[in-house]
Parts: sequence; structure tokens; C-alpha cells
Amino acid sequence: MAYVAIADRDHEHELHDPHSWIRKYVWSQDHKVIAIQYAVVATAIGLVALVMSVLMRLQLGFPDTFKLIAPEHYYQFITMHGMIMVIYLLTALFLGGFGNYLIPLMLGSRDMVFPYMNMLSFWFYLLAVLILVAGMFVPGGPTGAGWTLYPPQAILPGTPGVTWGILCMLASLAVFIIAFTMGGLNYVTTVLQARCRGMTFMRMPLSVWGIFTASILGLLAFPALFVSAIMMALDSTIGTSFFLPAVNSMGENLKYSGGSPLLFQHLFWFFGHPEVYIVALPAFGIVSDLLSTHARRNIFGYRMMVWAILAIGVLSFVVWAHHMYISGMNPYFGFFFATTTLIIAVPTAIKVYNWVLTIWKGDVHLTVPMLFAIGFIFTFVNGGLTGLFLGNVTVDVPLSGTYFVVAHFHMVMGVSPIMVVFGAIYHWYPKITGRMFDETLGKVHFWATFLGTYAIYLPMHYLGILGVPRRYYAYGDSISFIPESVHLANEWITISAVIVAAIQLVFLYNLIWSYFRGAKADPNPWRATTLEWQTPDTPPKHGNWGKDLPVVYRWAYDYSVPGAKEDFIPQNVPPSSDTPAGHDHGHGAKT
Amino acid sequence: MSLTVAYSALITGILVWLVLVTRFRTKSWEPLGVTAEIDGQRFPPQRVGLWVFLAVVTSLFGLFIAAFFMRMGHDVVAPDWKPFPEPMILWINTAALIIGSVAMQWARSSVAKGDAVSTRRALIVAGVMTLAFLVGQVLAWRLMIMSGYFQPYNPAVAFFYLLTLLHALHVIGGMVVWVRMLLRMRAVNAAPPATEAVDVRRRFRLSVELCTVYWHYLLFVWLVVFALLLTHSIDSEFVFDRLC
Repeated sequence: MAYVAIADRDHEHELHDPHSWIRKYVWSQDHKVIAIQYAVVATAIGLVALVMSVLMRLQLGFPDTFKLIAPEHYYQFITMHGMIMVIYLLTALFLGGFGNYLIPLMLGSRDMVFPYMNMLSFWFYLLAVLILVAGMFVPGGPTGAGWTLYPPQAILPGTPGVTWGILCMLASLAVFIIAFTMGGLNYVTTVLQARCRGMTFMRMPLSVWGIFTASILGLLAFPALFVSAIMMALDSTIGTSFFLPAVNSMGENLKYSGGSPLLFQHLFWFFGHPEVYIVALPAFGIVSDLLSTHARRNIFGYRMMVWAILAIGVLSFVVWAHHMYISGMNPYFGFFFATTTLIIAVPTAIKVYNWVLTIWKGDVHLTVPMLFAIGFIFTFVNGGLTGLFLGNVTVDVPLSGTYFVVAHFHMVMGVSPIMVVFGAIYHWYPKITGRMFDETLGKVHFWATFLGTYAIYLPMHYLGILGVPRRYYAYGDSISFIPESVHLANEWITISAVIVAAIQLVFLYNLIWSYFRGAKADPNPWRATTLEWQTPDTPPKHGNWGKDLPVVYRWAYDYSVPGAKEDFIPQNVPPSSDTPAGHDHGHGAKT
Repeated sequence: MSLTVAYSALITGILVWLVLVTRFRTKSWEPLGVTAEIDGQRFPPQRVGLWVFLAVVTSLFGLFIAAFFMRMGHDVVAPDWKPFPEPMILWINTAALIIGSVAMQWARSSVAKGDAVSTRRALIVAGVMTLAFLVGQVLAWRLMIMSGYFQPYNPAVAFFYLLTLLHALHVIGGMVVWVRMLLRMRAVNAAPPATEAVDVRRRFRLSVELCTVYWHYLLFVWLVVFALLLTHSIDSEFVFDRLC
């Protein structure tokens, strides 16, 4: 197991090269195979969640038309859509997928430091997904408690899936957390211990910084979800009253007494808010690398970017209760959490400025990955700005229950990370498969998704300001303050959503078709500097680097260095007259 | 009041942060002459992995303990929180776990000296004492049920079971590693005595060291959990009187 621990011990790795097909592609300990396994499972379950969102939109846009969507189904769709997208898709894809693929390759190591545990991590993740899916078929169906699973309603009669659905959900989450812990230990330890020679911390690409910090956040925050899942499962099965207060349900007094629903909310959001950054930080890191590579410029303010990632990571642990302004907690806490929320906007804004300054006057190549990266800046700024509104208690209180919140979090942590996921998949596709994707289809995919995003979420902001409540199955005539135009907007949103969802099939088609029929890819088609593009084989073989590990001489952003022959110098190229160090950049060539 | 504390904590955090970031002053884009040696590889990754794992476990227990206090209530204890006397056997269990931890430390120093026999002996003592702790915990749970205090809807009881069970599960995880290590040692036993000292040191020093760290850590967690349960049990005043 230790053969990759010290990255130089390459003579040992021959011994571990798997030969059988099963060991190579199924029970594989190779980080690249595990990454693809993670990505495929995450995409598959993500498609289920996508279909659910379409079904919800059909109900909202055209109520009374689709009789098969009963109210309880609507709530089950909401719950599963949210949970799947946040945890089983985005977290798994960014850390299990990109983390696994990129960390060893970008750091010049042969594999993760604990490959066996890495393999277990994937299989536990698959088990978690299977339990989740099983929960959709148990009697009563999946839970319809909303993705936050707030007690007491999550485990009281009247909520869909109160018997088995909620237990499947909690069990699935617990297994997912075990899977994540095994993966996260690997990511963190690999970054700390298995960098190749010359790869100092401050030479690591920002993708690795983002994934590394997010893994630490995950390791410390997921236990909060674990704690709440265990305690809620006990409340629901053996009748403890951790979260359940004295309640009268369906006309009878239950034996619960004195439990604290607020305690659940604190635990849930102590996980839930870092979770936002577990998804966002890898996206921040990856998008920095995409922008820099495709604009042929060094990242603006590399050190500032690293500090900002770490600052966001630390601050993300002290903002959780801004999700609970209307929960009935001590109002003074709201004051504190509003302050911290506004403070966290500072490093985030620094990052946005630096992205813009990176591409400012750069040699921007509007490739498909670059389009998605620029698209991300737009959606992220939009979502971030509405976040400033909602971070303030006084503004949040009236808006909290409305579509404004739906628009906000979909822009900031739904669409924005997904934009990066798409950009990243297009960016690394040639390395992963050895084939190029279809550029035209990629551009169609981008424009439809990007414009479609605005078609869907921009009107929702207005709905929210009008006071249209979220979480409603239908808006009957009894809700008199909702004008006719809201229904029209809902129809428009639904039609846009259906189109955007359908366009994702083009993306899948492109990936699958190109895998078999795409043009053979150059080993470094984007002329990038980071190590994963400098592997001897494309796609990289087991052990990544052939006989000798790379040695790193420079940071990851030597683009357009004055005096250099090419407009990029890979990290493993030693300094010479043709490949000067990047510090001359911006000051004109020194003679 | 709590708001003042929160804000001062936040300001302290920001100040500490500012001090920390000065450590990241390297200008990444400047050449460092030849390749810079990296400092991360002085430790074996297993050791780093264990410490990261302990951070995760700390977070887990910390959150359970935070939940314990929040459920109990801040100013007034929640009316349904009914303290109960802790089973006395917990004191014996604690002693067993302490002896286990000491024996682990003994194994650690033996393996450093290359003394295979004494290492094995110490490991067996540590394992048996830890097993005794686990058996004792099971007895404590049974005692609770027999004495009629087992009422899941009483949060004090629920937390007692939750915390002790969670701790026991972590101890069992340690025991699995312990069994694997003993089996590996038995396999190596056939080695000729002349090389044994070098061999046991080379092969088992890290494993024994990591086990020792884990054992000490779980002892620490147990002491915290035990103290928590004692100070909130029905006879806590009695215990304090006796201790002071």
C-alpha cells in the first residue's frame, strides 16, 4: 500500500500493476479508474434528479394537467432532487471524481497514498446511492420532508415516506459520509505527503488547493450530518426524543417530550453551510485554472487566491445560522451571523475580481471549457449578489419563504458549480479519453445551458419579490395576491427548464460519441502548464508517469512569459534561456 | 454577553489568520534556483492519515457533546432530562482502559528497543485489558436495563447509550487493527533470532506507534465522555464530595 507514499519509490510500482480485467476496471485501486467510476455513478443519479426537477416544473407550470404528479409526489421530488444534486452529484463529482483524477496527476504522484481505501470509498459511495434508490421503491416511497429533513415533520405521520423512506435516506447519508471520510482522508494525506520533487505548496495549481481545502471542510463538517442522521433515526425508530418536542399528531399525544427541533437545524446547517463551500471551493479552483489556461495568462494574484480559498474555508464554519434567521433562534445570533456572512463576501469578491483581471486583455481562446468558465463568472456574480441580500436578517425575513431564495441558491450553488463541472469535463476530456469532443455540439450545449439558466432563474427573482411562496404544490385561487402574470412566468420557466434539460442529452451524446468516434487528441491540446498534461501516455497509464516521476521547477501559471519560445512553459521544464522564469511577466522581457 | 464572546472570538480568529497568512509569502512565480525540496515527506503517510482521521473523530465527538449540552438546556435543564446514577462498573472499565493504554505505551518502547518478546507481551496485555473494557461496557448497559433506568425517551439515558456505544465502536475498530497486527507478528515469528530485533523494529514500529496514539486518543475521549456523564448524573455531588 505504501508504494506511492513516497513518490520517488517508482521501482516498486511495477509489482502492483494489475493484470486482470476485473482488477483493472472494476475492483480497481487506480485513482483514474475510481474517478471515472465516481463520475459515472454521480452523473447517472444526477440524471434521475434532473428528471424529477422537470416533473416538478411541469406541475408548477401547468397545474392540473399532469394528474400523475400528486402532491406527495411533488414533495418527494423536491426532497430527492435537492439531496441528490447537492450531495450525491456535486460533492461526489467534485471530490470523488475530479479530486481523484486530478490530485495525483497534478501533483506528480503515482496514485493516492491509500489506494485500497480509495477503492472502498467508491464502493461505499455506490452502496449509499443504491440505498437511496432503494428508498424510492419501499412502501410509502421516498421521504418528502424537503432536503433539509427538518424534524418534527420529517418523522411524523402525514409526511410522505415517513415509515421507510426517511430511514433509507438517513442510512444512505450515513454510508455516504463513511465513503466520503475514506476518500477525504486520501485526498488530504495525498496532498500533504505525495507531491513530487519541487512541488511546494505554493506551486500547486489552484484546482488542487480548492479540492484540498474542500476535503478538509468535508471531513470536519460531514460528522455534523452524521450526528443528526443517527439521532433522527433513533427518534424515528426506538422513540428517543432528541429532536422531537411534545407533539400531538393526528389527534393523539405522542410519547415524545422536550426534544429540540432547533438543535437539528443547528447540526444540519453546521454541516450544510460548509457543504456549500465543499462544492464551491473545487469549482473556484478549477475555474481559475481554466481561465488562466484558455486566456494564456498567469492567474492574477495567485497568493491572494490561495489565501482567499483558505479564508473562505475557515469562515464557512461560522456562518451556518444565516440559514436559520426565521427559525426562532435568539435574534442576536442573527446579528452575529449576518456579520460573518458579509465578511465571507470579501475573500469571495477578491476571487471574482482576480478571475476577471486574469482574462482582462488576455489572449482569450473561446473554447468550450472557456465559455463555461466565463459563464460561471456571470452566474456566480448573480447568485453572489442576491446572497448579499439574503445574508441580512431584515431582508431575509420577508424573502426567506419565497422563490427569491430558490433563484439565489440555484444560481450560486446549482448552476455555477455545474458550469464548472461542464467546463472541466470538456477541458480534461482529451486527457481522460484520449479523444477530442465535438466542438460545435459543445458550443450548442453551452449557449443553451447558459441562456436557459437565465430564462429559468431570472424570472424567479421577480416571483420572489412578489412574494410567491416556495415549496407550494399549486397556487390555487385562494392565494389572491398572486397575479395572473405569475402563472404566465411559471409556464415560461417550465418550458425553458424542459428545453435545458433536453439539451443535456446533447452533452451526454457528445461524450459517448466522441469516446468512440472523436478525433485522436493531442497529449496537451490546450497547451497547458500543469503536470497532468505532461504524462508520457494519453490517457495516462497505471502509475501515471512511466519510469521516472516528474520534477517541478516552476509554478503552474507560466503563460505568455516574455522571452519564452512558446506561450506556455510546463511546470516540469527547468529554467533556461528559452524558458525563463515567469517573474518577468508583466514587466517586459529582461535582457 | 454571548454575542460579545462570539465577536471577540471572531476578531481573534481574524488576527490569528493574518499571522498565519504571512507564512505563505513565497513568490511562486520566482525561480527557486534548483528544485526546492519539499517538506511534506518527513512523516510516513499512515501517520498523517491517522492524525487527519483523529481530527474527524474529534469533530464527531465534539458535535455529539455539543448536542448533549444543547439538548440539556442552557439556563434551566430541560424538564424531561432526568439524571440517573451511573453504574459503578464504569470506574472499573475506566481503570481497564487506562491499563490498556499504558500497556500500549510499553509495547511502543519495547518495539523501539527491538524487543520482540516484550512487544508481543505488552500488546497482548493491552488488547486483553481493552477487551475487558468492552465487556464491562456491555455489563454497564445491561445493568442500566436491569435497574429500570433504560427509558429511551429520557434524553439523559439516550445520550448515555449513544456516547458509550459510539466510543465502543471506535474501540472495536482499534481492536480489529490490533488482531491484524498480532497475526502479522505471529507470521514473522519464524524469523531467525539474530535478525529479530531489527526485523521487529523495521516491520512493526510504525504499526505499534499508530496503535498507541489511537489508544491514548480513545482513552482521552473516554475520560471526557465519562466526566461528562458523571457530572450530569444524579449522584454527581456525591462523587465530587468524594473526590475533593
